[in-house]
Amino acid sequence: MNSIILLSVLGLGNLFLGFRRSNRLLLPVMMLILGLVLTVNFIDWGTTESYFNGMLTIDDFSVAFTGIVLLTALVLIPFSQKYVLDGETNLAEYYSLLLFSLVGAIMLVSYNHLLMLFLGIETLSIAMYVLAGSDKRNLRSNEAALKYFLMGAFFTGILLFGVALVYGATGTFVLSNISFAVQNPAPGFESLKPMLYIGMLLMFIGMGFKVSAAPFHFWTPDVYEGTPTFFAAFMSTIVKTAGFAAFLKLLVQAFPAANAQGIWLPTLTAMCVLTLLIGNVGAVAQTSIKRMLAYSSVSHAGYLLIALVAFNGQLVGASANGILFYSLAYSVATVAAFGVVKLVADARQREDYNGLNGLAKTNPLLAFSLTVSMLSLAGIPLTGGFFGKFFVFSAAVENGYIGLVVFAVVMSMVSIYYYLRPIIAMYMRDTDVTTSEAVPVTTFQAGALLLLAALTVLLGVLPGLVAGVL
Amino acid sequence: MLTVLLLLWPVAAALLLHFFKGRAARVPALGAALVEFALAAYAALTFNANNSGQFSYNLNWIPSAGIQFAVGMDGLSLLLVLLTAVLVPVILLSAFRRNFENESVFYALVLFMQTGLVGVFTAQDAFLFYFMWEVALIPIYFLAGVWGGVNRARVTFKFFLYTIIGSLFMLAGFVYLYFQTGPSADGLSAHNSALASFYNLNLTAATQMWLFWLIFAAFAVKMPIFPFHTWQPDTYTEAPAPATMLLSGIMLKMGIYGCMRWLLPVVPMGVDYWQNLVLILAIIGIIYGAIIAIRQQDVKRLIAYSSLSHVGLMIAGVFSLTPMGMQGASIQMLAHGVNVVGMFFIADAIERRTGTRNIADLGGLTRKAPVLTVCFLVLLLGTVALPLTNGFVGEFLLLGGVYQFNHWMGAVAGVTIILGAVYLLRMFQRVMLGPDSSFTETFTDLTGSELALLVPLIVLVFWIGLFPNTFLHLSEGSVMNILNEVVKR
Repeated sequence: MNSIILLSVLGLGNLFLGFRRSNRLLLPVMMLILGLVLTVNFIDWGTTESYFNGMLTIDDFSVAFTGIVLLTALVLIPFSQKYVLDGETNLAEYYSLLLFSLVGAIMLVSYNHLLMLFLGIETLSIAMYVLAGSDKRNLRSNEAALKYFLMGAFFTGILLFGVALVYGATGTFVLSNISFAVQNPAPGFESLKPMLYIGMLLMFIGMGFKVSAAPFHFWTPDVYEGTPTFFAAFMSTIVKTAGFAAFLKLLVQAFPAANAQGIWLPTLTAMCVLTLLIGNVGAVAQTSIKRMLAYSSVSHAGYLLIALVAFNGQLVGASANGILFYSLAYSVATVAAFGVVKLVADARQREDYNGLNGLAKTNPLLAFSLTVSMLSLAGIPLTGGFFGKFFVFSAAVENGYIGLVVFAVVMSMVSIYYYLRPIIAMYMRDTDVTTSEAVPVTTFQAGALLLLAALTVLLGVLPGLVAGVL
Repeated sequence: MLTVLLLLWPVAAALLLHFFKGRAARVPALGAALVEFALAAYAALTFNANNSGQFSYNLNWIPSAGIQFAVGMDGLSLLLVLLTAVLVPVILLSAFRRNFENESVFYALVLFMQTGLVGVFTAQDAFLFYFMWEVALIPIYFLAGVWGGVNRARVTFKFFLYTIIGSLFMLAGFVYLYFQTGPSADGLSAHNSALASFYNLNLTAATQMWLFWLIFAAFAVKMPIFPFHTWQPDTYTEAPAPATMLLSGIMLKMGIYGCMRWLLPVVPMGVDYWQNLVLILAIIGIIYGAIIAIRQQDVKRLIAYSSLSHVGLMIAGVFSLTPMGMQGASIQMLAHGVNVVGMFFIADAIERRTGTRNIADLGGLTRKAPVLTVCFLVLLLGTVALPLTNGFVGEFLLLGGVYQFNHWMGAVAGVTIILGAVYLLRMFQRVMLGPDSSFTETFTDLTGSELALLVPLIVLVFWIGLFPNTFLHLSEGSVMNILNEVVKR
């Protein structure tokens, strides 16, 4: 709760920096704010507290996921620097929008009431709609914002419809009460069952859109490509982490009953298989790294869906830990990937694989950082990504989803192909005219990249630090 | 604790190498490798051949999953750790002759890989074994890919894909086995992945039959056994000489060691079922590698195919499941490591001086470089398995083992010695004897430092050849333990 209050207040305060046009101060101030909130967040560790008549619950689960979200934002912020240098006039507004969207993310990981779920999604998304179009003079950015907004509004509508139907069937918005109503049917509940199930599925469709799970992923590559890279990184990490935490809460706290599971398990399994297939096969065909990362983000939604399918009925234990570890490892690696791609794209004005040619010679740090991140996304040992996949897959095997895991393993073999391509370009191809000069990197950015690489390796060597905290 | 030191020292040294740039990194890199050698030698001297696991160390790595950081050495592990510790300084020294970019990174990667190799040979936990298996892969991918020949990107990509897919199958097998085990010792997890618990599982014969291929996939690619070998000649040829030495000298032994430690005793009934098939594949590999080697024009490719042929015999020896064959494989791993590294070094020395590896372009080196000729001949005869040399001991025991299992297979596998003599002596004749060529006019003999590198190898050729018992008695206990585990069920 402290983090929500602090973020909202400081976000407002941040706007005043904009009035004074002190743009140079913004970046350090933002890092200070995020660092402060991140620290304050962990004060709540080990306690369980409800707020607003039980609409929000802050427990270890929400604190852990809030931690991931805030950490991601903190290491991502240095890569916004181009905007500072460009002399963008409305800079403070962008930063404040980011802080407000984080409030939405925190609501998503700690909601206990469907109204809060809706509010969280909207707070997160509306800020994102604006930020997607923040590169005002770029047609692609405008297109991305419009596309994201139209699709997003549509799917939020579907989600809301689902919430309404579930409310109609159970008479409550509170997660635990929904679960109670489903498990202990009141007289006449039988006839309401179809309404409940349809409502549930509609909610899944809405959530599936937010986490870009197939078949609701179509917006992802186009939006990521047009959106300024910095905000695309935000979408593919923070939105996804918060979205999956919310998804898990919904399944575990509202629909754990056997009859409800009978409906959503096959649905989610089908979504999972489709997402893995489309994400991985789609990524193979891309020539732009940004689009490849977009499909990669789809495919990772698929791996996380496995953990949802293999859930074990509570917010502690293998499945929750799997999602937590995976989200952390994925966010850390993805931020580094988008960070490097953004720096290279800004300096060299190209986003294809060949734009990375010879980067190992001109910028060893960028090349190393992107290598670690690619290996982590591919799930190679020594990186956090390996243990992320390992925990998710073993949770699934333990619950008997062997076929699903075999399919996922085959898909991760496919993924090695496209994750190795940037590495080959950077280390094994020579520079050409457009790629012979070093990419400028600021101290903050270099520091963030080093920190991310170190974190990835740390998670890959000592996974026990995070695995098993929930 | 000594094992942990052996594991951590190279990676720590690799990190410290970052503070040295270019040529300045040579001496500290070599120094670090020599310290590692001293540690391994100390381990060998204090090792008690009558006890099984020694220098053990356990740490709760991932308590919530029952995964331990458990390392330890028995005789077999020790032999391979020794081999690694001897060859890495030699390989580093061989790299000093070359001029290339980012030398310090190159040496750091070699040392980093050493940690992975030692980890593979000492791991006592399935997931630690898998982890180290991949840790050894990443540096060699960059060594071969960044500093390799013209086609390096394509070739190393194939190599990486082959090996990683193979090892993912192994991981799948381990995960399945993991869920069959009982709770961990501390009770924090419902399962554990210790080697000992894998040995004590009760699996049905049908399960073991498919499990065998999951685990064997990783080893089959790494060794490689026919028909999983297609990455090997290309990679050996395109990789820079030091990386080729690492691949052929040490990395290939990971596969054979893996079979002995993590396959035979874990799925003995599966092994029993597929034994004949594996032996046949191994023998096909022996003949196939030898015949293709006869036709090669490229010295490096010829040695690559010769290595393929020799590995086939080691696999056959292991899968004969006889004490003789297993012991032969243990000693032949050392002998092959020594010989193949020496051969690749000499091929590289010739290429550096003449700029070609093509057999047809060479000739008459004997007159210009007598010292090189002697060294080459010794290593070559070791590879051909002439008595008194290391290759003889290994191949004799291996053939004996295969012969005990099946006379006909032993007879066919024996062809390896004849064919080996054919292609190796033919190469020697065309390269070292005969008339001079335009490439060899300015040829110079070995320098002092090159000789310093070859002398320990040549000493080992004779040491293993004349006093094989120094090494055989180290591995005897562990080989018998493994065979007992196999027979137990």
